[in-house]
Amino acid sequence: MPNGSTLIRGVRPLGAKPTDLLLANGTLVATGAQAAAEAPADANVVDAGGLVALPGLVDLHTHLREPGREDAETVDSGTRAAALGGFTAVHAMANTDPVADTAGVVEQVWRLGREAGWCDVQPVGAVTIGIAGQRLAELGAMADSAARVRVFSDDGHCVSDAVLMRRALEYVKAFDGVVAQHAQEPRLTEGAQMNEGELSGRLGLTGWPAVAEEAIVARDVLLAAHVGSRLHVCHVSTAGSVEIVRWAKSKGWGVTAEVTPHHLLLTDDLAASYDPAFKVNPPLRTADDVQALRAGLADGTIDAVATDHAPHPVEDKECEWSAAAMGMLGLETALSVVQQTMVDTGLLDWAGVADRMSTRPAVIGRVPGQGRPLAAGEPANLVLVDPDAQRTVRADRLSSLSRNTPYAGRELPGHVIATFLRGRATVLAGALVQPEPAGVLR
Amino acid sequence: MIRHLLSAADLDHPQALRVLDTAAELLALADRPIKKLPTLRGRTVVNLFFEDSTRTRISFEAAAKRLSADVITFSAKGSSVSKGESLKDTALTLQALGADAVIVRHQSSGAPHRLATSGWVDGSVINAGDGTHEHPTQALLDAFTLRRHLAGGTGDLDGCRVTIVGDVLHSRVARSNALLLSTLGAEVTLVAPPTLLPVGVQTWPVATSYDLDGSLPKSDAVMMLRVQRERGAAGGFFPSPREYSRRYGIDARRMALLPEHAIVMHPGPMNRGVEITAEVADHPRSVIVEQVANGVAVRMAVLYLLLSGSEGGQDR
Repeated sequence: MPNGSTLIRGVRPLGAKPTDLLLANGTLVATGAQAAAEAPADANVVDAGGLVALPGLVDLHTHLREPGREDAETVDSGTRAAALGGFTAVHAMANTDPVADTAGVVEQVWRLGREAGWCDVQPVGAVTIGIAGQRLAELGAMADSAARVRVFSDDGHCVSDAVLMRRALEYVKAFDGVVAQHAQEPRLTEGAQMNEGELSGRLGLTGWPAVAEEAIVARDVLLAAHVGSRLHVCHVSTAGSVEIVRWAKSKGWGVTAEVTPHHLLLTDDLAASYDPAFKVNPPLRTADDVQALRAGLADGTIDAVATDHAPHPVEDKECEWSAAAMGMLGLETALSVVQQTMVDTGLLDWAGVADRMSTRPAVIGRVPGQGRPLAAGEPANLVLVDPDAQRTVRADRLSSLSRNTPYAGRELPGHVIATFLRGRATVLAGALVQPEPAGVLR
Repeated sequence: MIRHLLSAADLDHPQALRVLDTAAELLALADRPIKKLPTLRGRTVVNLFFEDSTRTRISFEAAAKRLSADVITFSAKGSSVSKGESLKDTALTLQALGADAVIVRHQSSGAPHRLATSGWVDGSVINAGDGTHEHPTQALLDAFTLRRHLAGGTGDLDGCRVTIVGDVLHSRVARSNALLLSTLGAEVTLVAPPTLLPVGVQTWPVATSYDLDGSLPKSDAVMMLRVQRERGAAGGFFPSPREYSRRYGIDARRMALLPEHAIVMHPGPMNRGVEITAEVADHPRSVIVEQVANGVAVRMAVLYLLLSGSEGGQDR
């Protein structure tokens, strides 16, 4: 049905009262009674009674691993997972091999995303060459490339050098870019394995103290204010960071922040199992931090939920804790975790979810045609979710090439039933819909 | 009895006493001309050492052999582990060999826990020291030694005042002792420079102090922890080994601050001249060599209690 019409019946846009939506030629062309009236006789009809419609989700923080670690994930497999999770755009992080620090690599990733066709792939460019934290990469070339890079990050590594961070923040102003910082003071976190607290002391695992994140967040918001640029704080994980971002926003500075689904749900006590499924950077924090992150997301201090989807092959997790890789899968479970932690708790309504998982991330990433309202004339990027569904997460049922979900065996609410990318269903009835082969005439 | 011994916290008060009482019976064996018991005949015990540790490995080996177990020693150096074989594959190999117990020493905290909970091996897992986490059999032999000197060799350690001094932050011996000695009723005080006390130590069942001189007169036993010279200077935990010795080392002057009956312990290997002077190490009230001897009896008790309850071997 790529260019056909689709009539979605009885859906609740942002959880409001049921209505109909008509998608045609990549656009949401009509809503309400007008949708049914204008639908051609051969339109595909999706009965969406009981489902909530949200604008297609936009992830600011995805590791697709291609090029370099195609054993963990590829652009194709990762964007399949994204579509199943309700995403119509993802930002592919730069820590690939080779690093996405040139126009050539970002264009390759962008092109792979277009060819796969499951969602828009917006490459993130590295701030420094080889994410080595020494010299600025050619940010302008990446911005001017076909990939139109606007988000720059050395994710996984902190741009810890204050002068380099200042220059990066200044430089990206020329093309309305944003520096997305992985806030981790390197000296305070040498050999760090988990949140520093009572438990790390007891388990004999080197601690990753909250202050190592907060010190960088505090420095960076001041730098961003000083040079009048845009800073985005990746995966905020501590109550103190939320406070600093709240303070920076109260000053009117250009600071935005994201939180991951796992930091909204999981706590550091899971490390007591020594199961590396729960090893992640930044680490899982305390219950107090989780509450502060939820409150920060609810009041808008934290702008976005970003998955930090980080696939790792089995052998990198099936080992002792200190030898294991850091990171968790997130794309296929993000919306469910947000529903459980934010919607079912009354902290956010579905309009709020749309704002934090679509509208604001699209604005931060300057992604055209994404994060738009569910209104006539807008691009037909949307997701239909069944909020009443329950499912038990099974690692072997995930679409990702990797299996490192921290939610295995956990029951989560909500299920993505359909995802539309510019009017084409990438997911229907909860399953992927293969794109029609290129070159076939209709 | 428990199936695995991963942490000193796995033992409650009656279980800990049972280990010590069993060890006391087994220690009597050491004086007999024939030291072997047939208890674990036909059972296979694997010493899996990913980290160099001559004394702990030999101690476990002697313990298993005195119980007539078949002992396989698997050292990481020169084995496939040093060629990049994973913990899982090593474990599966041991499983195929039919290990009834795996005694594991590993540089990574929690590695024995992983072995015990992963389903890779069926046998009992005994933690012989993991990273900076725990070393429960060291705590048991320390408790055994304390009991002989301070509690007449029976019962628990109710009211015994034990001061543990040094690099608590990186010490698996200190963690296991804090847990086990508290379980047995001892009053434990950890003395260290603030940089070498873990975050959250206030939640442990112990007292803490930065002042060694003030703690010694109130100690029935003082346990000196090994301090690696590298922690100082470049490590930044203290300014220099000399300053560490002055503030936290034990010498003849500090020895004199202890009550007459108090004993001096060290888990070894010692850094003579850093945390302990030669004079104190070789003092009559130093029980460091006895700790080693007691280690064999305590490890025999652990193997006996963990394995004799399970199926296999001569119980079949």
